Amino acid sequence: MNINKDLVAASATPLILAIIAEGDTYGYAILKRVSELSGGELQWTDGMLYPVLHRLERQGYIEGNWGSSESGRRRKYYRITKQGQAQLTEQREQWQMVDTALRNIWLAMSLPAGSITPIPQKD
Amino acid sequence: MTVTESRDPLEAQIEQWRAYLRRRQAVHPVDVEELEDHLRGQVAALVAAGLSPDEAFLIAVKRMGALDAISNEFAREHSERLWKQLVVAPDISGEPSSKARSEMLVVFTLALIAAVAVKLPTLFGLDFSEGEDLPFYIRNFSFFVLPLLTGYFVWKRGLSRRTWGWLALAFAAAVLFANVYPSEESSTLSDTEALTALHLPIALWLAVGIAYAGGRWGQTAGRMDFVRFSGELFIYYVLIGLGGGVLIAFTIGMFAAIGVDAEWVVQDWLLPCGMLGAVMVGSWLVEAKQGVIENMAPVLTRLFTAPFAVTILVFLATLVWTGRAIDIERDVLIAFDLLLLLVLGLLLYSISARDPEAPPGAFDLVLVLLLISALIADMVALANIAARISAFGFTPNRVAALGENVILLVNLGWSAALYLRFLRGTNSFSRIERWQTGYLPVYSIWAAIVVIAFPPLFGYG
Repeated sequence: MNINKDLVAASATPLILAIIAEGDTYGYAILKRVSELSGGELQWTDGMLYPVLHRLERQGYIEGNWGSSESGRRRKYYRITKQGQAQLTEQREQWQMVDTALRNIWLAMSLPAGSITPIPQKD
Repeated sequence: MTVTESRDPLEAQIEQWRAYLRRRQAVHPVDVEELEDHLRGQVAALVAAGLSPDEAFLIAVKRMGALDAISNEFAREHSERLWKQLVVAPDISGEPSSKARSEMLVVFTLALIAAVAVKLPTLFGLDFSEGEDLPFYIRNFSFFVLPLLTGYFVWKRGLSRRTWGWLALAFAAAVLFANVYPSEESSTLSDTEALTALHLPIALWLAVGIAYAGGRWGQTAGRMDFVRFSGELFIYYVLIGLGGGVLIAFTIGMFAAIGVDAEWVVQDWLLPCGMLGAVMVGSWLVEAKQGVIENMAPVLTRLFTAPFAVTILVFLATLVWTGRAIDIERDVLIAFDLLLLLVLGLLLYSISARDPEAPPGAFDLVLVLLLISALIADMVALANIAARISAFGFTPNRVAALGENVILLVNLGWSAALYLRFLRGTNSFSRIERWQTGYLPVYSIWAAIVVIAFPPLFGYG
């Protein structure tokens, strides 16, 4: 399934931050994880990941360090910062809000009008 | 991942891809490395899944996305990269390159030596600020920096000992001819001394060029590079000079505000040392920024070729319309020398920036128009002068100016002829390039003749 470009762009930041929050990782592994998580449905253009990583690094949400891969080549690993953790929490809340609203409307559409009460927003 | 040999076809493909990516200004070498790591990871995974390395590479590259789009994204994220990169050029790779750093050290040392050298004669009682020693400085100012500049290129290009020896010999001979002729003890320059001071740098610029081209002086491309270098250096020098002017104004102004006279510092130290040091620093900047930013000289040329062509054409038209003769003043010949020199500069820098393969365009036409109109204007002036040259008598200044005029006339005349043939499609553009670069030593040789032969010819007057 083709996912709308804007949606991919909007979800990239929380996804990347969350994956890095799972543990230090590098570019290729991040993409592999994205594909795993989405069952292969969410496909990014590989090269586009890096400008996003660099942006997050500049904003101070993650920090990059050069280490070496198992084959001995230089590889850049990323780790989440405190600021990044806070940003992730905030993004998570925002997405959950959107998610709840969407769920409610999907549910409402599938049932006769007025038969359910919406899930209350926790806040 | 298995250990791959350098001749592995996959390695060759990755190498090619990497080279392609490196050409993007917004993507720095460290980014290329990161992307390469990704590519390799992808290839390894696909090979593990049963694909051949070739197929895996193709798919991995495809998944990486269009390089244009990626480098656009990089440019958006790192927009500053499209701008700076001048003095910071050495460390864009993320790790300081020791070669670039040692070059910087050499250049600043040489600039310092040039600055100190100009003050050195003071130790022997020759004072810059005193009138009677001024002729010495004016005669010799080329020697405070040109040997150092030549030395810099000898060092940088790793020239052979033999070339080195010839260049040293040339400079030694120049020092000799500049100082061996008898000179009056006075604070004003004699005519031939002034000519020597003016022509010596032109003659020695050839030595700089030979060192700069580093073994490529015999080739058109090598000389063309030197022409480009000279133009860029001139522009940098003017820019540094502007900055220096601001510095001087502030120095004098700030010290004047507290009632201290700083003018002597400026006159004796800041100005002479800065002027010579700036030649070294300017040369280094031109070297360092090669290929990073578009050259300025051709841009200025493009801007001013048409206005100059129009000006000269209007001048000629006015001459015909009003029927006035060119007023033969003392300096008219020199004025026309300068005009031809300017046209030559415009021609040289248009040529240096032109793609030799490109077909003739509108700009070429304007250039030819400029050439021909300048030649006509000069010949009108020459005709006026020739009619009365005997009345003038031969002074060293007039002979030098006349010689230069003839040399420029030959150069531009033949260039115009070649250019016309190029416009008609009967010869290739490279003929013009070859002629133009091949002719360059003539200027230096004439300058050398003025330095060496004129003082005895005109009785050291």
